[in-house]
Amino acid sequence: MNVPANWEVVIGLEVHTQLATKSKIFSPASTAYGAEPNRQTSPVDIALPGVLPVMNKQAALLAIRFGLSIGAQINARSTFERKNYFYPDSPKAYQISQFQVPIVGEGEIQIETSQGLKAIGITRAHLEEDAGKSIHDAFHGETGIDLNRCGTPLLEIVSEPDMRSAEEAVAYLKKLHTLVRYIGISDGNMQEGSFRCDVNISVRPVGQEEFGTRAEIKNLNSFRFVEAAIAFEVERQIDLIEAGGTVVQETRLYNPDRDETRSMRSKEEAHDYRYFPDPDLPPMVIDQATIDAIKAELPELPEARAARYANEFGLSPDDATSLVSDRHTADFYEACCQKTKAKPSIVYNWLNGELGSHINKGDIRIIDSPVSASALALLLDRIEDNTISGKIAKEVLAEMWESQNSADEIIEAKGLKQITDTGAIEGIVKDILAQHPDQVAQYQAGEQKMIGFFVGQVMKASKGKANPKQANELLRKLLGN
Amino acid sequence: MLDKSLTQIAQALRSGTISSTELTQLALDKATENRHLNAFISLNEEQALADAKRADAALSAGNTDPLCGIVTAHKDIFCSKGILTSCGSKILSNFISPYDATVIEKTAARHMVSIGKTNMDEFAMGSTTESSFYGPTLNPWNTGHVPGGSSGGAAAAVSAGIIPVSTGTDTGGSVRQPAALCNLTGIKPTYGRVSRWGMVAFASSFDQAGVFGHSAEDAAIMLESICGFDAKDSTSIEHQEIDFVSGLDKDIKGLRIGLPKQYFNADLDSHIAKTVQAAAKELESLGATLVEVDLPNSDLGIPCYYVLAPAEASSNLSRFDGVRYGYRAEQYDDLESMYINTRSEGFGEEVKRRIMVGTYALSSGYYDAYYIKAQKLRRLIVNDFHAAFEQCDVILGPTTPHTAPKLGAVNHDPVKMYLEDIYTVTLNLAGLPGMSIPAGFDQNGLPIGMQLIGTYMQESKILNVAHRFQQATDWHTFKPGNTGGAA
Repeated sequence: MNVPANWEVVIGLEVHTQLATKSKIFSPASTAYGAEPNRQTSPVDIALPGVLPVMNKQAALLAIRFGLSIGAQINARSTFERKNYFYPDSPKAYQISQFQVPIVGEGEIQIETSQGLKAIGITRAHLEEDAGKSIHDAFHGETGIDLNRCGTPLLEIVSEPDMRSAEEAVAYLKKLHTLVRYIGISDGNMQEGSFRCDVNISVRPVGQEEFGTRAEIKNLNSFRFVEAAIAFEVERQIDLIEAGGTVVQETRLYNPDRDETRSMRSKEEAHDYRYFPDPDLPPMVIDQATIDAIKAELPELPEARAARYANEFGLSPDDATSLVSDRHTADFYEACCQKTKAKPSIVYNWLNGELGSHINKGDIRIIDSPVSASALALLLDRIEDNTISGKIAKEVLAEMWESQNSADEIIEAKGLKQITDTGAIEGIVKDILAQHPDQVAQYQAGEQKMIGFFVGQVMKASKGKANPKQANELLRKLLGN
Repeated sequence: MLDKSLTQIAQALRSGTISSTELTQLALDKATENRHLNAFISLNEEQALADAKRADAALSAGNTDPLCGIVTAHKDIFCSKGILTSCGSKILSNFISPYDATVIEKTAARHMVSIGKTNMDEFAMGSTTESSFYGPTLNPWNTGHVPGGSSGGAAAAVSAGIIPVSTGTDTGGSVRQPAALCNLTGIKPTYGRVSRWGMVAFASSFDQAGVFGHSAEDAAIMLESICGFDAKDSTSIEHQEIDFVSGLDKDIKGLRIGLPKQYFNADLDSHIAKTVQAAAKELESLGATLVEVDLPNSDLGIPCYYVLAPAEASSNLSRFDGVRYGYRAEQYDDLESMYINTRSEGFGEEVKRRIMVGTYALSSGYYDAYYIKAQKLRRLIVNDFHAAFEQCDVILGPTTPHTAPKLGAVNHDPVKMYLEDIYTVTLNLAGLPGMSIPAGFDQNGLPIGMQLIGTYMQESKILNVAHRFQQATDWHTFKPGNTGGAA
């Protein structure tokens, strides 16, 4: 994104992440995605007369887990308020949200930028319920309402206006996206709306102290859209101001097909939400023991883990960071390292390379891999103890992926065991040298690179089973060097 | 049989003098006979007789529950599976609930037989039962007068001898005030005693179910059946002790009865003042000690209540939008006109007035001046009661400043109507239990009620005082058309 040098962009984000609970935040209905319209609704979700909300404690525990993972203040007593507005997919005509006292207070998240690490402030994170869905295109001239999503628990994570570019905004989002999945509070599925955000954007001349007037772009559900929407909006605001106009405070929508943002409603048209404490829900009180227990169960967080991998395993910071971006991949890696004699860097190469490509091709998650961490560890041990070469190991892995047999079973069954007997290799080497007198002459005339040709011939003749290191040594010896 | 006490009816049912089916048929006949009172929005003959049959089977199997087979009726504010739940409103005039309110589940579990749903002010907003979409309920004592409200149908049905006990709800006095106007014993327990699940919400932090009967004993038996913790209501009280009957007979010797000096001023009808004072003397003669107590913020109750209750109501009633259930306007062009027409046509005048008041009180720029201010007043009123209960065990005063008004006399003057709630709303603001019991009659033969107020969870204490009073007096025994010349 190219922003004129005399302008500064200011961005704050509100991320809505769906909490991974089985049932809804205020009702016992299921939160599973993809059911027939209006089949996952209890009387509470459709706001029948006389129904009452009951707080799903699990949602609160997940919110606390998030708060602790960013070192935020946890409010032992938090409140629920009603946000009143009429819309057909909001059955009560109010949303229950935490307004006055959110469950999670101030915290921060570190992002990597081109200028190094930067802390993005988290203002608060609060619990609220999702709305339903209006379906405008399925019925002739009428609107359908699907209330399945009503009452799905959301954690709204509000940042400070600390980001200064689309890149920083996306880096922050990705960091958050990794974190919520890593600590298991959300599946983070962006297509299904489990992770989406509103972006607040303003621009100001460099050096100006106060913020410009901001526009809010609602409901973006991909990193690419966030980047594109910010780019469009920044240009629009700068052009507007430079042409003598003023930015109005408003809510805008991003249209990915046209790659533009359009006004949804201005400040004047903004709702007066008439927030007030929900008399159906007393303040939620969480005791310190509960908070302590969640803290104790918190997994090692990605940053700490990446640092440890760089330190303990000698991985480069980039490799370590990419490895820990998925908790299951990191768990797999660590389990494998513990079980094999191979170096951690070799484990990383196999996980990232050969096994990674099988996983990608199979389009599965690493926890569903037919080759387990200990199975991979055994295979790598067989390279380490010279039973097989790295090349043969790739064949063995492919076979393991298919048959789920162990490396040893496959090596045994297919006779892939490496030839390490010096006499046997020497026999092959002598044959090769005898068959290629011209090449021998070339080598002896000083063409050292011919050694590669001979090793290749030996490997070919041994069907890859000769120990390449031994073959190399014998070749040099017999060639008189 | 229907005008006998619950204990007597239960005895008759167990001894086989009468079956629940016969009792139910009697009640249904009596309801039809008294159709002119308009006490019911719907009668449910088929279901009632089927339930009675089951109760009879339970009785013959040896069920000794004192409520087994007893007939009752629920206010039309309680959601009832398969039967209309209108809440007295056009906007719910086609609403059949797919689930039962906890109150209905609990009474049904006791094998009580509900013969129908009783009339009420629309969404329980009113003190006369005249704002019902189904027309006003008449006072059995004088059909030119209102029975009070909002639970006017529930009170009239018991008062007329159709059923011995009924359920109601009390947000600002809607059980106690009609009890007073119909010569009944009506009790509203501590907020949180009875689950609000399935009770159509008017003002959630005030709404509490209660019961009507002819005596403190009947009210105590009936109240026990609906109280109890319910996980479906987050404001429900856990670990409740529910025993209102065993202490009814306790001696009240030495019990301190507080008379708030603010309650006996010029706004109170002099006849009612004298009646309540006479009752106080009666209690004194039974051994109680009378003390004057101070409730200095009593006069703030009405303004405070009429900001907070409409504020909550404006939000609670927003769900009636014509989208999913209930009435929807026939004519509309777009979403906004669908909302406007549906709500304009579906709600009555008083409901619309309160929605407007409440919306205003919550609006940006007015919230602090109205809603927050009223919440502070609410705290002061709570503090008043705390201080008063340091000096007394129960508080005694009038239930209403006047006896039953004539039909049409107050419902067109909202402020005048609101002021009638002066003695009752403060209990809802504080969440305290209170009851109204018969104390005498005015010069026109209309009943006068007096109110007993207890501190939190002390229902048994006020019921004890009420019962002792009723043992010593006979005001509660008078029935419409038979005042024994008491007027």
